[in-house]
Formats: sequence, C-alpha cells, structure tokens
Amino acid sequence: MLVRDPVVQAIVTGSGARTVQLSGAWDIRALESRARALQTRLRDEARGGEAQWDLSQVDRLDHIGAMLVWRTWGRCRPVRLQLKREHEIFFGACEQSTGIAASPAKRFDPLSLVVAVGQGAWAATGHALEILQLFGQLLIDAVAVTRQPLLRPWREFSAGVYRIGAQALGITALVGFLIGVVLSYLSAEQLRLVGADVFIVNILGVGILRELGPVVCSILVAGRSGSALTAQLGVMRVTEELDALSVMGISNTLRLILPKVAAIAVALPLLVLWTSGIALVGGAVSANVELGMSFLQFFAGLPAAVPAVNLWLGVGKGVVFGVLIALIACHFGLRIQPNTESLAAGTTRSVVTSITAVIVADAILAVVFSDVGWS
Amino acid sequence: MNAEPVVQVKSLWTVFGDLVVHRDLDLSVMPGEVVSLVGGSGSGKTTLLRQMLGLERPRRGSIRVFGVPLHSCDPNLFKKIRKRWGVLFQHGALYSALSVFDNIALPLRELHGFEEDFIRDIVMLKLDAVGIEHRHASTMPSELSGGMIKRVALARALVLEPELVFLDEPTAGLDPDRSEAFVKLVRDLHVKLSFTVVMATHDLDTLVSVSDRVAVLADQKVVVCGPLSEVVHHDHPFIRSFFLGERGLRALSAAPTLQTS
Repeated sequence: MLVRDPVVQAIVTGSGARTVQLSGAWDIRALESRARALQTRLRDEARGGEAQWDLSQVDRLDHIGAMLVWRTWGRCRPVRLQLKREHEIFFGACEQSTGIAASPAKRFDPLSLVVAVGQGAWAATGHALEILQLFGQLLIDAVAVTRQPLLRPWREFSAGVYRIGAQALGITALVGFLIGVVLSYLSAEQLRLVGADVFIVNILGVGILRELGPVVCSILVAGRSGSALTAQLGVMRVTEELDALSVMGISNTLRLILPKVAAIAVALPLLVLWTSGIALVGGAVSANVELGMSFLQFFAGLPAAVPAVNLWLGVGKGVVFGVLIALIACHFGLRIQPNTESLAAGTTRSVVTSITAVIVADAILAVVFSDVGWS
Repeated sequence: MNAEPVVQVKSLWTVFGDLVVHRDLDLSVMPGEVVSLVGGSGSGKTTLLRQMLGLERPRRGSIRVFGVPLHSCDPNLFKKIRKRWGVLFQHGALYSALSVFDNIALPLRELHGFEEDFIRDIVMLKLDAVGIEHRHASTMPSELSGGMIKRVALARALVLEPELVFLDEPTAGLDPDRSEAFVKLVRDLHVKLSFTVVMATHDLDTLVSVSDRVAVLADQKVVVCGPLSEVVHHDHPFIRSFFLGERGLRALSAAPTLQTS
C-alpha cells in the first residue's frame, strides 16, 4: 500500500459550511519532519471557526498524530467529526490523558548563596567526621589483625602494592624526570646571572626531596589509584557486592579498605623515593648541559648540601599523603549510590578532595617542620 | 496485509570460542503476532534477541528485520529501522541520570521535530498507557520499584509508536501479582496497537497468557515453533521437562484454550 503524505484540506461547500479534511498518513514516521508546519496549518483551520472535521480519509494514525490534532482542537472533541472506527482508540487515549500543570518556575532566592555556603560547610564537616570515623575503624581492624594472624589479608595487600606501586613506576619516572629537567634548567638560568652555579645542588636537592617529589607523586597516585579505588568500591555497591560481604560476616573495612590503605601507605613512600631519585637524575642531566657540571660533582655535593633528614621528611610525607588519599577515596567510594550519576560525581569528588587534602597537608607539614633540615 | 515476515532469521550460527550456541537456526515472525522464545539457561535466547537488535553479530547466517538484512545494510537505513522498533531490556535499562519524564521524552527529543509542550503531552499519554501516575514523572529511576521500572521502560519502548517490540524477560524479578498485571498490560497494548512482539522468557505464566506462537530453543536450534497447543505435544526432553513438569502443567491448566490430557 502506498503511503501518502499527511495533507490538510479545507473545503467550503455552497451553503457556507466548512469541512476540514485530513488525509494520508498521520503517524510518527510521516510527522517527524512535518509536525511544526502541520500544527500551524491545523491551528489556522481551527481558528477559522466552527467546522466539520473529516478524518475518514486518514490512512494511518497513531498517538502522535492523534495528539497533534487533539491539541489543535483545544483538547476537546469537535461537535462534528468523522472518524474511522479503528482510529477511535487513539483519541480515546488523548481524552483520558489529563495533561499536567507545568512545574512551578524556580524563583530567585537572595539567601540561596548563604544557604549554599552553609550547606557546603555542613557537608564538609560531615565528610571530615566520617573520614575520621573510618580511620578509627581501620585502627581497630589493624589491632584485630595483629592479634589474629589468620585474618591478615596478605593477598589483597600485595595486589594493592603491585597495582598502586609497581604499575606506576613508568609514569612517575617520566613525570619526575621532566620536572627535574625543567626545574634545573630554570634555576640554572638564574644562578648563572649571579655566578652561584654550585647552589643548583642545594635548590634541586631540597626542592625535590622535600617538596616536589612527595607532592607530584601523591597527585599522580591520587589521580591514578584514588579514582580507581573509589570507582571499584562504587561499582561493588551498585552490584551489591558490599552487601554480600556484610551478610557473610566479612568486614568491609578489614577485607577491602585496610589492605588498600596499607598498600598505599607502603607503596607511596617507595614511589616518592623513586620519583625524587629520577627527578634528581633529570636535574643533573640538565645541570650538565646548562652549567657544565659533571654528574660526579652533582651527586658528590648532594649529601653536603642537603641533610639526610630531608629524605626522611619526604618519605614521611609519602606515608601521610598515602593514608589521606586512600581514606578519602574509600570514604567517597562507600558513599556512592547505585546509579551512574552518583558514580561519576563520587569519583570526581574523591580525586579533587584528595588532591586538595594532599596540598593542604603539605602546607601544614611545611610550617610544622620549618626549622628542620637546613644545612 | 502483506505476508512478509517482520523478522526473519536464516541459517544462523553463533559461536563463542569453542562453544556453538546456535547451529543453523531458522525463525520467522509474522506481522502482528506475539512470538515467545523459550529455552533453558544458556540456550542463547538473549543472544538471539541481541542479534536481532543488531547489538551482536552472528558468525554466519542472515537476520532480516522489516525485510532489510541487518548486518549488511546501509548504516542510515539501519538507523531508520532502529526507530521502528522498541526494546524492553531485562532490567529496564532506564537512564539513571534522567528522571522518568526525561527517560520517556528522550527518543522524541532526539527526533528534533516536536515542540517541548507537545512532547510533554505525549509523555503523559504514555505514562497513562502504562498506568504510571503523573506525580511520578519527576522521580529518578533509582527511587522506583521493580514493577514501575518495567512500566516506565515499556513506556519508553513504546514512545516512538514501534511496529515491532522486543521484550527480554519482561516479568523477571517481578512478584506474581505484578508480573500478571504487567503481562495483562502488554497484552492489552498489543491488542490496541497491534504491534509485533518478540519476547524471550522462561516464565511459563507469561508464555501461556500472551504468546501466539512459541519457539523452543534447544540443541542449538529452534526445535519447534508453533502455537502452544502444538508445541506441548512435540516430543523433546526439554519440552517434556519444561511444559509437562509439575509447574508446567499447572500453568497450562490455566490456559483456557488448551487441552493437555
């Protein structure tokens, strides 16, 4: 059967009575591209006053077509209407559908900013308290684990160290090396002006071992492993795996979170050492090229210029940052609701919060240890 | 009415690694009928359904939907065909980031041909059709019960007035009351709108109450395809255990048109 396009025709008979005749296919396939034009045409016809509506020539009709016509009738049946029997049901559906009042428009509330700030502060306090609570629970679990060696989740721990530490060696080395090169190059330019070339060892040694190594490495791990941790816990919530663990009497914190936190706390300081070392190599290469300083001179001068306590400070920061990242990632992972939106929001929040927390903690540690480690 | 089948599967092979799921399988679905695919777990019901939807590609054989070979046709034509069918996934597959209203409105909005308040009227019409109250329009899918998710998903599947509807386990996960109501809803809508239905199910009550024909998947092919009364008399171990077990007989006895003595 040939499908004809939807057509609206107005026929005026001799006696002045007007008939609006619809013919062709009035289904979604035909209306998809023509709905707007036909709607205006129909409105014009409807506005022309009382008329007879003849729909008996319509070949195909569906809810879309019926609704289009129905709306132009002002949501009620015209007095004089010719309709195919099999098309009756579509208008029946339109008739029963009551429509809905438009949702009230949101009014601007001048206090909304204050409310938002207050709610934000309240939420942040809540998060901080919950993270503290999680930390406390982990300490309790850790004590339980030391008492009962059988409980120790070694497998999860070693898998965590491998994933968080070993698999990140490549990317941290690349980033560390480049930062060393750039920092060294920029410092060399300035030092050469005042003829203080040898101080490049001091600048790079303190800067990288104490600050840049731990911070850069932690940011990379927060982005890489923190997000993975949050997403993993989130998906386990969505698939009810967390609930399955709970009902078996297996503690979520002991089995899932403790090994992850411990793994990051072990892997991150090691990664910090690795990143700092590579960054120093990068710095030495750049110093060699820019200032003609030999590698031997660079690394031999290092112990004298940078007291060993700086190295320990860097490693300690690695432990602190690692625990922070893991706690924040797990906290946000456990709070994810079973839907995609929440998963995305939770992962984003986890990464942003842990990077911010790392930098804030770094600033606090810098103040606390401001008298330590200068030669 | 032309008698060309809506869905035609010809000598289809599906192979996963060493496992042959479908071996030279044939099936055709005529316009306006309700065909149920039944089979044990792992018999490839869902796989076959996904292949009919073009989500998976069979190893060999052809699938024609509306007379068009799915796996070798022009992408634009395929896109048009996809607008002519509606799919109800097993778990509803509602977009969890969108409200009930937006879930149903999405396919209409994607057409870019209708005004927003027209779309609103259509969505409300569809909500009425599946028996969801308008006040639930703004809720998120995560706040809905299992039965309501299925209803909303059905409304979304029907919003583009499809000629062909695929139902994957339409009553799985619903309690008997809900599942009976849902089956009744599907049956009523089918009578009213006369679309073609292809349904994968292993729920006997669903099968008995809506199917025009039943296709039994076993031994990697369709062993028998016909009206329920014919199928139950076919001699095959799966059919014996499925239909003529205790559960099966109980469901069949509820079917008014059937004598299974």
